[in-house]
Amino acid sequence: MKRVQFEHSSIPYLFIAPQIIIIAVFFLWPAAQAMYQSFLLEDAFGLSSQFVWFKNYSDTILSGSWLQAAWFTMIFSVLVTFLSLAIALLLAVKANEVLRGARTYKTTLMWAYAIAPPVAGLMGNLMFHPIIGDLYKFFNAIGWDFDHKLDAFDASFVVILISVWKQVSVNFIFFLSGLQGIPTSVMEAATMDCRSPTRRFWTITFPLLAPTTFFLMVINITYAFFETFGIIDTTTQGAPGGATNTLVFKVFQDGFRGADLGGSSAQSVVLMIIVLALTVIQFRFIERKVHY
Amino acid sequence: MNLKSILIAGVFGASSLMTTAAWSATDIQWWHAMGGRLGEVVNEIAENYNASQDQYNLIPTYKGGYEDTMTAGIAAFRAKQQPNIIQIFDAGAATIINAKGATIPVAELMTKHGSGFNIEDYISGVRYFFADSDGQMIGMPFNSSTPLLYYNKDAFAEAGIENPPATWEDLEAMAPKLKEAGYIALAQSHSPWIMAENFHSRHNIQMATGNNGYDTTDVKLLYNNDQMKMHWSKMKEWLDAGYYGFYGRAWGDNQDAFVQKKVAMWLGSSGSFGGLTKSADFNFGASFLPYWKSIVDEPTGTFIGGAALFAMAGKTDEEYKGVADFFAYLTKPESQVFWHKETGYVPITTAAYDMAKAEGYYDSTPDAEIGILQLSQPGGEWTKGYRLGYYVQIREVMYKNFENIFSGNATIDEAFAAMEEESNELLERFNATYN
Repeated sequence: MKRVQFEHSSIPYLFIAPQIIIIAVFFLWPAAQAMYQSFLLEDAFGLSSQFVWFKNYSDTILSGSWLQAAWFTMIFSVLVTFLSLAIALLLAVKANEVLRGARTYKTTLMWAYAIAPPVAGLMGNLMFHPIIGDLYKFFNAIGWDFDHKLDAFDASFVVILISVWKQVSVNFIFFLSGLQGIPTSVMEAATMDCRSPTRRFWTITFPLLAPTTFFLMVINITYAFFETFGIIDTTTQGAPGGATNTLVFKVFQDGFRGADLGGSSAQSVVLMIIVLALTVIQFRFIERKVHY
Repeated sequence: MNLKSILIAGVFGASSLMTTAAWSATDIQWWHAMGGRLGEVVNEIAENYNASQDQYNLIPTYKGGYEDTMTAGIAAFRAKQQPNIIQIFDAGAATIINAKGATIPVAELMTKHGSGFNIEDYISGVRYFFADSDGQMIGMPFNSSTPLLYYNKDAFAEAGIENPPATWEDLEAMAPKLKEAGYIALAQSHSPWIMAENFHSRHNIQMATGNNGYDTTDVKLLYNNDQMKMHWSKMKEWLDAGYYGFYGRAWGDNQDAFVQKKVAMWLGSSGSFGGLTKSADFNFGASFLPYWKSIVDEPTGTFIGGAALFAMAGKTDEEYKGVADFFAYLTKPESQVFWHKETGYVPITTAAYDMAKAEGYYDSTPDAEIGILQLSQPGGEWTKGYRLGYYVQIREVMYKNFENIFSGNATIDEAFAAMEEESNELLERFNATYN
């Protein structure tokens, strides 16, 4: 029996080449550099360097400020991911049911999508400004002794609020299109079987949205880990007392502000491993429950 | 030879002449961190310099904030694309000076490629901050400022106070009166610089071992001392009593509180003078940084903050000559007085200071002189500055612990112990890296 042999062509390689080159130049090469740098103690200008094995790792990862940042990053990521998904889902479901003026609602909710995180941060900064900030004044007026410049909880509240606000509209768009992708016939059949809209939502709509939700969860965790950098940088910069410092912001602080290349590289390698592990966990354990 | 070839020869000749004319001016790249109005003044200086001679063409480039500029310089140096001149700030001085071979000391540059160098030409407060332990100047002080006290004269009149406080004791005594008049007494814009580094200089207290870090990189921070702890327990007390307003770390937010008449006194930089003149709609005055009478009878001077210009290594002799020539131009009294008047930064040479005085500048704007007077106050053993590695991170550690004191998350003792421990870890890392 003769095996079928397709004619070999190099054209497919040509087509994927741009993508491969981009990944190599902008990810693989810098990542390799960071790994190499993380084993070196080198002065910032690269004039002298020594190989020190894991000194950079033990110096930075075991320090109190890194652990504090790691802890905050975890809480922050869980809250930002959960809240921005939950709020977006609620809004999408409600907006989907609206009959009159649906367009206006949807457009308004999508609007913030176009705002970059640093811009969201600057807007938040204005609203929480201790002298002219309206939200700052409002919270104090309703009896909350609000002071995000000194209170760790209040500062965390500010960065989480801004991060969630910025992300809700992104999630909203995906959820809305996910909802619109559910066949009307399925919904009609469900309506005949069950009177409770809440129950219908949890037994029919939500499972059907699972692929969207899973995709958004992966995206949102990445957002909370990395993209919120712009928000932290323009608002608290890790203050007060390091309470709102995230891991990626600390990499930036130590490497780009403080010129500690080895320490900063070690931190970014660890961060890369954490995110890699998180992604693997999500795909192995959560994706199994998702039915496409 | 026909007409055509003559024409071609002519065109060639002309174009080669033109290129040599354009090439004869050596480009000198200058990376700086002066944004906004300051950046405009820097550009003006460069234009004036370029107009004053035709051998060199100075090209100033704004690279962002202080840290961004340093990072850009580091990346460029590693890629062998470094500029001729780079502006590096006080907290980054240890990083660039300890990287042996990254720069050419300005004293050496001026002697070898320029018209000579005499450190005595500079006013005392600016001489040694960017120098090595032998007193050789490495970086040329550029935008030099020092912490000052600004006070709202109208608020003082309302509270029935005549003079600005000379000591912290005075300030403490007048704070309740200001509170009664509806003002928070004090805000300040840079805790590490004003309330730690210059606090030590003002009271002539050692801030780090190894001659404040000038002699070696194997140093320990000495911030965990009784005077600092006393000062910061007072700060906390004042915060709780409503005498001190904390508006976060950002320089501008604290300055705004003063401009918006929330606080009556604000500790900022001598370089803030120009900006305040434009933004404050009330009478304000400048005065010296207060000191504790309980610590010293007579205060010593402060040292400069701000940044210096470094000549980066790995360039041709011709370019070094250009850098030296520009530095000579920059330190001329005329250039210094221009810079001083336009920005509020202090003039760095005595000749320039004398010229501003002779012009009668301080008769019309006496507040502009306070910074120089404070820098020229008698110095002590510990008033020339500091040279500490990873100081950007150490300042971060300081901010963190000061906030913990204010929020009550840590006691004074805990905060200073934590500050000492974490800072010394960073200094140890720096020492291991740069040796």
